[in-house]
Amino acid sequence: MTEFKVPELGENVATGDVTKVLVNVGDTIKQEQPVLELETDKATIEVPSSVAGVVKEIRVKRGDKVKVGAVILTVDSNGGGAAAPQAAAAPEQAKAPEQKPTEPKAAEQKPAEPTSAAPTQAAQTAPTQTKVVSMPMRSTEAPPAATPAAPARTDGRAAPASPAVRRLAREIGVDINAVEGTGPGGRISQEDVKEHARRILSSVGAAGASGGAVLARPGRQLPDFQKWGAVERQPWTNIRRATAEHLSYAWTTIPHVTQCDKADVTALEELRQRHKERVAKAGGQLTITAMLVKILATAVTKFPQFNASIDMDRGEIVYKKYVNIGVAADTDRGLLVPVIRNADQKNINQIAIEVKQLAERARERKLTPDEMSGGSISISNLGGIGGTYFTPIVNWPEVAILGVSRGTTEPVWQDGSFVPREMLPLSLSYDHRVIDGADAMRFLRWVVEAIEQPFLLSLIG
Amino acid sequence: MADSVQVVVLGAGPGGYAAAFYAADLGMQVALVDEEKNPGGVCLYRGCIPSKALLHVAKVIDEAKHAGNWGVTFSEPKVDIDKLRAYKQGVVDKLTAGVGSVGRMRKVRFVQGRGTLTGPKSMTVAGPGGTVDLQFENLILATGSHPTKIPSLSLDSPRMMDSTSGLELPDVPGSLLVIGGGYIGLELGTVYATLGSKVAVVEMTPGLLPGADRDLVAVLEKRLKKLFASIMLNTKVVKVAEEAKGIRVTFEGDVPEKEQVFDRVLVAVGRRPNSKIPGLETTRVKIDPKGFVEVDGQRRTAEPSIFAIGDVAGEPMLAHKASHEARVAVEAIAGHKAVFEPQAIPAVVFTDPEIAWCGLTEAQAQAEQIEIEVAKFPWGALSRAITVDRPEGLTKLVLEKSTGRVLGVGIAGSGAGELIAEGALAIEMGATAEDMKLVIHPHPTLSESVMEAAEVFFGQSTHVYKPKRK
Repeated sequence: MTEFKVPELGENVATGDVTKVLVNVGDTIKQEQPVLELETDKATIEVPSSVAGVVKEIRVKRGDKVKVGAVILTVDSNGGGAAAPQAAAAPEQAKAPEQKPTEPKAAEQKPAEPTSAAPTQAAQTAPTQTKVVSMPMRSTEAPPAATPAAPARTDGRAAPASPAVRRLAREIGVDINAVEGTGPGGRISQEDVKEHARRILSSVGAAGASGGAVLARPGRQLPDFQKWGAVERQPWTNIRRATAEHLSYAWTTIPHVTQCDKADVTALEELRQRHKERVAKAGGQLTITAMLVKILATAVTKFPQFNASIDMDRGEIVYKKYVNIGVAADTDRGLLVPVIRNADQKNINQIAIEVKQLAERARERKLTPDEMSGGSISISNLGGIGGTYFTPIVNWPEVAILGVSRGTTEPVWQDGSFVPREMLPLSLSYDHRVIDGADAMRFLRWVVEAIEQPFLLSLIG
Repeated sequence: MADSVQVVVLGAGPGGYAAAFYAADLGMQVALVDEEKNPGGVCLYRGCIPSKALLHVAKVIDEAKHAGNWGVTFSEPKVDIDKLRAYKQGVVDKLTAGVGSVGRMRKVRFVQGRGTLTGPKSMTVAGPGGTVDLQFENLILATGSHPTKIPSLSLDSPRMMDSTSGLELPDVPGSLLVIGGGYIGLELGTVYATLGSKVAVVEMTPGLLPGADRDLVAVLEKRLKKLFASIMLNTKVVKVAEEAKGIRVTFEGDVPEKEQVFDRVLVAVGRRPNSKIPGLETTRVKIDPKGFVEVDGQRRTAEPSIFAIGDVAGEPMLAHKASHEARVAVEAIAGHKAVFEPQAIPAVVFTDPEIAWCGLTEAQAQAEQIEIEVAKFPWGALSRAITVDRPEGLTKLVLEKSTGRVLGVGIAGSGAGELIAEGALAIEMGATAEDMKLVIHPHPTLSESVMEAAEVFFGQSTHVYKPKRK
């Protein structure tokens, strides 16, 4: 009898919600066969089996929250010989695939810990499906600080903290179960509680004037909407929650500035039309987005402060020696930002193929957390829907994001007359802590010029 | 005209008087209502305190008897039961009077009498000094509990005792049946057996002290088997009838003699909350199916101005739990964000040897499938235990497997009740086995067993050779 456990799901991913169990008791499964669909904070993952044999027992069911290392199922791995009789018994057992569900390990939820790979502002590579989503302002995890009665335990066990530390947490409105302990055995000190509170405060501080209703803090009381008509309530998905936490953190941490400019894409568009067939044959889709990925990849090598992160704790700026471009993708489950790795070393054809594949994987829920982390800078193209300009939110810990709106044909004064040109509105949001306005304008001008003179790209890229 | 105070505490046991005193310390005007002349409650009058006075005497007798093994022989003890009773009563009087005077110093108004609620913020107290009407902003119910009565075992006879009358020490019966193998039955059984009664204990379940880990109970049971005439497990008392010579008891279960006659019978089958409080129906206070007053984390009842603490507010029915809840309730009234959330409420059985435990028991961990590791240190390797000729003890730590965090502590042995406090501190502080190991414990003391148990976890105990499994 062999147990198959939840494997490593990716960096910083410890739990997932079971959204589908893909096998039944009695099934014969092969190695690498998907047995479970898990929704994590970052993505929905099909978990392939690392064992082969006849499924004897399934210990999880739909809706369970499972941790890395939890047993999913057991198989009898005594080869195919034993499979036949058990397969015969399968129909009966298959009716009850939830025979021994593990205790649903109630909410191993970690608090508003921002993750590097979470989604950013809405945008998409396949413009026809793009939609803008509004940013939720409240967390479902806000502790009920107004009624300091029995705190909600996340698991059966109390947090390892002394009575005085627990009292401190209660008094300042921190859920002790959400605090990460730095002591031996995860023990939580007074400092840990204060640090946790500081982090919450710094993430809500900037929004303070507008009610401070950001994550992990109770905001203003919602009115009773039913006074005005029927409402329907739906729980957040993990992705929705991660989006909210991530964007709230980014919005409140980063002093944003957004600068706008317009690029003449007439020449680029001509190039696109000329080469799109060839790219399509190679399996890609030559979009403006794909071309902009290449332009951004080149731009950040010229302007290294756009490929950086700020380490506030150490008072340092981290300059990255790699160039990975995030491309915001809209899916039916919300925003995902797959990352094109080493975009500086790829040609536009390769990038176009990769963007298309990643967008498809995003929609098919097959992106892995690793495919969504490690970006240098992101691009968010809403042009498929329209709009002139918008103010994208920087995808922390990155420091800049390029927003693209819909290109229009405009009269442009050239050599003494108006000529019709295809103009593309660009919005560059950046972290003013590390990038100054003049640099940002130089960067954006560089991007505009690269768009307007595509030949330059091959010359210097 | 009713007297108006901020807080009334109904019931002056260790929960009630602690609440009243603390409320006074926080500057509130407080009235404490109880039927007795002084605060104290079951604990001081009819429970913890008198039983411990008697158990102390029992221990002295027992040690004198064992001194023969050490070359010192005393003559058979002569027990002057009246003087012994007076000693016990003296202890009770001294403590209750002391508590009473500490209350007066705090200007807590003590109202002797029986309180009847007339609404969520008013009460009438009828007592020897007449009737007093009280109005209050907050009420703390601390009415305690009483011994469980089983109708089929109710017999109107002076030979039938409960824990209250058992502690009165009416005489030393020739034979005594203790119904109930819980801590009350075993403690009182120990007293009577040491004083000279032939004591039999009957318990319905398969073991003594249900709820305690079996390895701890085994240590006690070994000694009790010598002290008691018989221990009947898996056995039920189905009938009691008075005869000229005593009480004829009919048993059902694993016992050869289905009918036996005893001079006295002590019923100690648990306690029930005193939640039938007169006038409670004039409030929104809710009672759960087991008879406990329903409370939230702050010990607040469904009537927001009324709190409940101690035995009446739920298990475990222990004085130290009540007095801790008292502080939570008072702080809640004072507007603090206090919550009752202990990680460890120590339980102590004051038999000889004592058994004490707190936090997670091994049995609980198994039932809840918590991954633990248990580190045990047998007192046979403990020098202090050898010097007092009590090597039968056991100290064990229930540790979280992944971190070594102390989740539970269990101790069986002489003085376990004193030692368990360290366990409670460790659990509340989130200490790990490593912490316990690194704290220097004085030599030679029984407390070293805690440190060495932690060393056992690492396979490094000085006095036990048990290498850690690889």
